[in-house]
Amino acid sequence: MTAAPRARGTTELRAVPTSRGQARSKPNTRGDASADADQIVGFYRDMLAIRRFEEKAGQLYGMGLIAGFCHLYIGQEAVVVGLQATANKQDSVITTYRDHGHMLACGMDAKGVMAELTGRRDGYSRGKGGSMHMFSREKNFYGGHGIVGASVPLGTGLAFAHKYKGDGGVCYCYFGDGAANQGQVFESFNMAALWKLPVIFVIENNKYGMGTSINRASATTDFYRRGEVHGIPGLRVNGMNVLEVKEAGEKAVANCRTGKGPYLLEMVTYRYRGHSMSDPAKYRSKEEVSKIREESDPIDGLRKYILDSGLADDAELKEIDRQVKVQITEAAEFAQQSPEPDQTELYTDVLVSV
Amino acid sequence: MPIPVLMPALSPTMTEGKLANWLKKEGDRVRSGDALAEIETDKATMEVEAVDAGVLSKILVPSGTDGVAVNTPIALILGEDEDSDAQAKAPAEPAAAKPAPVAAKASEPAAAAPAKTNGGPAPATGTVITVREALRDAIAEEMRRDENVFLMGEEVGEYQGAYKISQGLLQEFGAKRVVDTPITEQGFAGLCVGAAFAGLRPIVEFMTFNFAMQAIDQIINSAAKTHYMAGGQLTCPIVFRGPNGPAARVAAQHSQDFASWYAHCPGLKVVAPYSAADAKGLLKAAIRDPNPIIFLEHEILYGQTFDAPEGPDFLLPIGKAKIERTGKDVTLVAYSRMVHLSLQAAEVLAKEGIEAEVINLRSLRPLDVPTIVESVKKTNRIVAVEECWPVAGIGSEIAAQMMEHAFDYLDAPVGRVSQADVPLPYAANLERLSIPQVENIVAAAKSVLYR
Repeated sequence: MTAAPRARGTTELRAVPTSRGQARSKPNTRGDASADADQIVGFYRDMLAIRRFEEKAGQLYGMGLIAGFCHLYIGQEAVVVGLQATANKQDSVITTYRDHGHMLACGMDAKGVMAELTGRRDGYSRGKGGSMHMFSREKNFYGGHGIVGASVPLGTGLAFAHKYKGDGGVCYCYFGDGAANQGQVFESFNMAALWKLPVIFVIENNKYGMGTSINRASATTDFYRRGEVHGIPGLRVNGMNVLEVKEAGEKAVANCRTGKGPYLLEMVTYRYRGHSMSDPAKYRSKEEVSKIREESDPIDGLRKYILDSGLADDAELKEIDRQVKVQITEAAEFAQQSPEPDQTELYTDVLVSV
Repeated sequence: MPIPVLMPALSPTMTEGKLANWLKKEGDRVRSGDALAEIETDKATMEVEAVDAGVLSKILVPSGTDGVAVNTPIALILGEDEDSDAQAKAPAEPAAAKPAPVAAKASEPAAAAPAKTNGGPAPATGTVITVREALRDAIAEEMRRDENVFLMGEEVGEYQGAYKISQGLLQEFGAKRVVDTPITEQGFAGLCVGAAFAGLRPIVEFMTFNFAMQAIDQIINSAAKTHYMAGGQLTCPIVFRGPNGPAARVAAQHSQDFASWYAHCPGLKVVAPYSAADAKGLLKAAIRDPNPIIFLEHEILYGQTFDAPEGPDFLLPIGKAKIERTGKDVTLVAYSRMVHLSLQAAEVLAKEGIEAEVINLRSLRPLDVPTIVESVKKTNRIVAVEECWPVAGIGSEIAAQMMEHAFDYLDAPVGRVSQADVPLPYAANLERLSIPQVENIVAAAKSVLYR
């Protein structure tokens, strides 16, 4: 295969353009407001790309082309798209196992992500990691971690390195409401505040830690206040609105870049699918899911905003829909055509050769 | 062209399922994300969602069909942009058009729990049960017997168990004794150790033993060592249980056999059942044991059926192995799922005139060395089979024990089959190369026979 995207490679395709420094095909014809307009339409494209990617992943899972655990991000797209819009090139990102959206939002190639899901050699981990374990040194994306809570100290460590090296970077450290109760999260908050580390702790509160609602797992559910005892400022944000997410992200990142230390964002969001592909999601009603889909969907909401504000017309959005569909279809085809890893890969990468 | 809807795989281990009922009928317009039908697997009832928008033009597999293989076309959808005339080709009034009430599926846990959980007599011999049911029965019987026994873990109550081991237990014993926890392994494992010090008898369910690594400090430093450190004053009667070892395609952080980690530690007993009888008899014995027990289950065995053991007092002794198959040419020693593969390997070897004796270890600490030695005295050749990594694995310990106790009876060095010495890869071909297969066991047996 050509142009194989790899964690250690230097050339990556950008089949899914992101809102970060990506040139838009649409000409600038709207004067001063156009930069914003382009960015907002870009958010639409990026969120839609994540949703279509995840739907396709669900379909390939059902066909047996993707196996094991597969946690879809559908419903939560505004969180990562809005926040990554505030990031710079030197910033780092880390998350847990519901990670496909984060990779796309970091500018990783949909083809390489999908090929990892199918366990093929052109995947980001050359087929060895799967859905939960992908990385890109080039995009400063540090995974993709399978153990609840364990990525939070790692993200704190990435922030420690930013400060140590003085590179001006900030770590965007994403985790869920379930992980928020882990002891190591509390330990990380303390060290981050103690040493004023540049880390944004993003709690994606989708209301359920697997099958347990936040009220059944947490004595208090004001997650944005979890850093209070360490003096970490926190905000609760409507994570279904990409513009509100971006605004909160700007506040948080400004805090980190000026040396004031960590910031905590509670993104109130919702996942439409089960915890993983094998979760029947009996712990919530169909009505609850459909009500949120109908009333708060981040993509439908932004689409309406764009049309109402005249940032783009229906034909332009339909063209984006079509382009995204083509991108995702190509990624899925690529992921099915890419061969399995060579058998010799079984014993590579266990240790660095010295 | 209509788009076929295929029978989906809904879990890492699913190969077929029952098409319980259709939620849409032929002619219905569907949107991406709409629930089309309900599928029952051995673990759960799930919905199939439409990926493509369009019209459900034809149902190919009617409601109530059992054993539908993954990837079988179950319906056709005509895409949104397609000529709606094509729809007319579909039968107007399909037979399988009436979706059953959605509420029907909510009774799944109760429906799946056989009547024997009600405290009545256990089934007569000849009944078959799954390992999953055996484990559930063992817990239920011991909870009825001793009110100090309780179950704690993630999703054990309202969710009915991530792998459905605790189905029906919340309903029978209530939330005081079937306790859902936050995702905080170190915390609830430590809490249960403290409760055990105080005289309760906790059963801690780890969703998988991979997550027990978060809690391993409490397991070793608190549970295993305290009786000794306290000069015998304190005891810790606790069972840590859950699935261990690789399942299917769940990659490195969720696929590891921890047997040798725990077997290394004095102060613990380590048990790894294979069959339903093993599961039931050993778990009941573990719950009654006054010591901390590591109880290693296997997800792939949960759905397998075996003859049901007899009676509510069916116990198996911890520390005793079982000879599953007798033979005179070579001894295969295994535990958990590897017993299944070793028995298959013995069948293959039998066709080539090699009679393998298969030992199901059942316990890894204490290890039943006398049973292994007696077998080696007869066969003079032995292969140890495990899903641990080879370095300092269970096979290493067996090799050392044979050196010490059966040296004069060995006609070949001890053979070992293990997981490859790498973190488990996700890719299907690499995973297969990594996990022990029947052919690896056959090859190892022939190797110690110099054939």
